[in-house]
Amino acid sequence: MKKKNIISRFWIYLVVIAFWVICELLISQESLSPVIQNQLIPICCWVTMAVSLNLVVGISGELSLGHAGFMSLGAFSGLIIAGWLQNAAQVESPVARLVLAMLAGGLIAGIFGFLIGIPVLRLRGDYLAIVTLAFGEIINSLIINLYVNLDQGTLYFKFLKGRGLPGIPLLAGAQGPDNISKIALVPAGFILVLLTLIIVNNLIHCRTGRAIMATRDNRIAAESVGINVTKYKMTAFVTAAVLAGMAGAMYGLFMSRATKPTMFRYTKSIDVLVFVVMGGLGNVNGSVISAALLTILPEQLRFLNDYRMLIYAVVLILMMLISNNPLIRSWMTRVKENLFRRNKQTPSVPVPGLDDQKGGGRT
Amino acid sequence: MSESIRKINTDTKMVPVPSNSIIPERDIGKMPVLECKHLGIDFGGLTAVEDFNLIIGKTEIAGLIGPNGAGKTTVFNLLTKVYEPTRGTSLINGIDMHGMDTVAASKHGIARTFQNIRLFSNMSVEDNVRIGLHNQVKYDMFSGILRLPVFWKKEKEQHERAMELLGIFGMQDLANETSGSLPYGAQRRLEIVRALATNPKLLLLDEPAAGMNPHETEELMENIAKIRDQFQIAILLIEHDMSLVMGVCEGICVLNFGKIIAKGTAEEIQANPAVIEAYLGKRKEAEA
Repeated sequence: MKKKNIISRFWIYLVVIAFWVICELLISQESLSPVIQNQLIPICCWVTMAVSLNLVVGISGELSLGHAGFMSLGAFSGLIIAGWLQNAAQVESPVARLVLAMLAGGLIAGIFGFLIGIPVLRLRGDYLAIVTLAFGEIINSLIINLYVNLDQGTLYFKFLKGRGLPGIPLLAGAQGPDNISKIALVPAGFILVLLTLIIVNNLIHCRTGRAIMATRDNRIAAESVGINVTKYKMTAFVTAAVLAGMAGAMYGLFMSRATKPTMFRYTKSIDVLVFVVMGGLGNVNGSVISAALLTILPEQLRFLNDYRMLIYAVVLILMMLISNNPLIRSWMTRVKENLFRRNKQTPSVPVPGLDDQKGGGRT
Repeated sequence: MSESIRKINTDTKMVPVPSNSIIPERDIGKMPVLECKHLGIDFGGLTAVEDFNLIIGKTEIAGLIGPNGAGKTTVFNLLTKVYEPTRGTSLINGIDMHGMDTVAASKHGIARTFQNIRLFSNMSVEDNVRIGLHNQVKYDMFSGILRLPVFWKKEKEQHERAMELLGIFGMQDLANETSGSLPYGAQRRLEIVRALATNPKLLLLDEPAAGMNPHETEELMENIAKIRDQFQIAILLIEHDMSLVMGVCEGICVLNFGKIIAKGTAEEIQANPAVIEAYLGKRKEAEA
C-alpha cells in the first residue's frame, strides 16, 4: 500500500527530470528541432500555470477565470525589474536577474491575488469567476496604457502618454517592453516546474491542503470542525497567484520585446482552464501532462494552416469523450489493477491481507 | 399547556435551580456546559424557535425530541452559530456566544454531526478524522511545504490520534477507504469520530441512528454512553428512535412548533400529556 502510494505520488517528478535530461542532451547535440526548442520554456510556463490553477479550481473548488491576469502582472513586473537590474543596477549574471525578476513577479501577483481575495473569497458561489474575469481584462487595459522609463536608476511611471518621461523606455504601452534582454533559460524553466510541483503536491498532502480540500468537499462541515474557510481559500488562491506570477516573469523574459499585454487576456485564462479540466480537476500530475501536450499540439499542427485550430478543437472534444467513456475508464482501471497485482504477487509466500487489497481495488 | 410543563419540572427530583434545567444530580454544583437563554429565531414572518431555555451539565446526555418540523435542527444550527438568533443568547462554559461564528463556536468546544451526512466524501476516512484534529495538531503551511521535521512529527502524532479515535468504533481498518464509499452506518459513525476529534465539550448529534438497523442502534447506544464516560463530555442528541432516546438520555426536552413543551427524565416524558398530544393528537379529536 505504502509503496504504491510513493510510486503514484512521485512518478511525475521522475518524468519531468527525465524529460529535462533528454532535452538537455538533445540541445547539446543540436539535434532538437528548433520549433520544439523554442517551445520548451513556454511549455514549462504553461505547465506551471495549469498546476497552479488546479490548486484553485481543482483543490479549493473555486472557479477562477483570470489566471492569465496574474501571469500578465508577473510578466510585466518581472520585465521591469529585470530591466532595472540590467540597466541601472548593473547585475551582470542573467541567472540572478532572472531569479530576482521571478521573485518580484510572484510577489506582485501574490499581493494582487490577496487584494482580490479579501472581498471575493468571503462570498459563496461564482463571484470569484466574475471578479477574476474582470480582473484579467482590467490588468490588460492598465498595462497597455502604462509607460515605464528608466533614468539613472530611477523608474518613472506614467499612464496613457509616455512622451515626457526621461531616460530610456522599459515599457512603452501597447508597443511592449524595450531594452530588456532575453534571459530565460531552459533549466530554469524545468526548475520552475519542479518547484511548482513540490509546492503544490506538498501543500495538498499537509494540514493546510487537507483543510483546503475540506472547504471544497463540504463547506458547512469544514466550518463545523473549526476550519476558517476564507483563510484557506485565500491560501490556495494566493499561492496559485504567486506561482502564476513567477511563470509570467519567466515567460516575459523569454519573449522580451514580443511580450504584449493582450497575450494574457481571458482567452488565455480559458486555455489554462482547458489544460486543468483535461488533466482532471484536482489531479496535479494530469495537469502537467495535459498542459505540455496541449501546448505542443497547436504548434505541431501548423502544417494544417487554417484548419489548425479546428483540429485542435476536435482533439479536445475527442479527449473529453474518451476520458469520460465508462467502458474505456473501466478498462483503464482493470489495466491498472493488473499492473499492481503482478507487483504484489512476486512474494511466493501468501501474504495475509492480500484479499482485502483486492477488494479495495474493486471500487 | 404551560402550567403542565411547570408542574412536571418542579416535580422531578433531579431538577435543580433554575427550574428549566435538566442537569443530572452528579452535575449539580458544577457550571453547566451549555446554557440557552430565551433563544429564538424568526425566518421572515415565521417563528421557527421561540423562548428556548435549556441547561446541559458537564457530562450529561440529553435528548431533544419532537415531531417533524418542530425546530430541532434549527436549535442545533443556533447553537453552532450557523444562524444568529433573533432573540436571546446561549452560553458555552459561561461564555456568551453572541456574535460568534461557526468557527468560533467550534473553538469554544461545540462539535456536531449532521442530519444529512456531511463528510468530506472525496477524502479518505483517516483524512476526515485528521481534518477534525485540525484545531489541535498544528503546524504552519511552510513547514508543510518544506517538509520540516515538525511536519513529520506532527503528522505522526495526527496519524496516531486519528487511529485511536477511529478505534472507538473499531474503524481502524477502514482508514484508507474513501469516506464516500462507506456504508451508511459507517458514515454516521465516522461523522461522530470527526466531531470527537475536535476535542469538544459539547457534542451535538443530529439523528445519529437514522438509517441504522436495530442491532446497530443498540451498539450506538452503548457507544454514546462510552464516549461520554471516556471523554467526559456532554452530549445533546436529536433522535426519532425512541428506544435510543429513552435508553440513553438522562434528560429529555420535547420541542413542538419551536417551543419547549416538556422537559424531564424518560419516564416523565412518556407520561406527559402534552408530549402525547404533540405526537398522537388530542384525545377528543381521536374519538371523533
